[in-house]
Amino acid sequence: MIPTSHVLFLSSTLLALGLYGVLTRRNAIAIFLAIELILNAANINLVAFGRQLDPTTGQVTAIFVIALAAAEAVVGLAIVLALFRHSRTVFTDQMNLLKG
Amino acid sequence: MDAPFLLLSRGAFYVVAALTVLGAWWVVTARSVFRAALALGLVLVGTAFVFIYLDADFLALAQLLLYVGAILVLVVFAIMLTARIGDATIPQANEQRWASAAVIGVLWATLASLVTRQTWPAPAQPPAAPTVLELGRALLTTYLLPFEFISVLFVAILVGALAIATPLKPSSK
Repeated sequence: MIPTSHVLFLSSTLLALGLYGVLTRRNAIAIFLAIELILNAANINLVAFGRQLDPTTGQVTAIFVIALAAAEAVVGLAIVLALFRHSRTVFTDQMNLLKG
Repeated sequence: MDAPFLLLSRGAFYVVAALTVLGAWWVVTARSVFRAALALGLVLVGTAFVFIYLDADFLALAQLLLYVGAILVLVVFAIMLTARIGDATIPQANEQRWASAAVIGVLWATLASLVTRQTWPAPAQPPAAPTVLELGRALLTTYLLPFEFISVLFVAILVGALAIATPLKPSSK
């Protein structure tokens, strides 16, 4: 059986890389990919801690996180598409107009 | 043998974990967003294997079907719809690169030393081999309200995504 600390080490590494991506990427879709990394790290944590206490609760929560990630993907990418159609860019530092 | 498959020995977990971290590194550093999306696929498959090691077989399959099968395809579509020629030569990281690397290095070192120094209690008994029965029962009894709420949310998401992504009519401009 894999020790819990090793699994948590993996998920904290994924969290750190995802945060780095969110902070430094310019492309909105790449930021979205980094957010998916963070959600994956959270899911691994949920299942690992669930294994310690109550496996079913942890896994059901992870299923909800996956469902919400799918919802977030649909709306987020729709917003990126609408922004691209409007201003011909996906770079967040060029999207600097609230109206226009 | 604690893993459900004979091939999944304990040593292979560390190979999977290393591949997952490598894929995550590619996701945040790849210059081409398309390659970053493919690297995300590696991370998602690696996470599915980690779920198998954690005795969550249904979750591993759901991860493959939903993340790799649906979300990743959606992302690739979005990338192809928004890509411009020459995007691969534009710098993909902003000027906060070194500051955020320093801050996140500190955060990662703190988290990693915390989780590895802590002694975690031994895990509870693993659930019965297919977890589907337990999960289905929990979803339809204890978690019925959030389960139904998710389906309402999906309807709202569908309508909202259509409303956002539909091009504006020329007359309304």
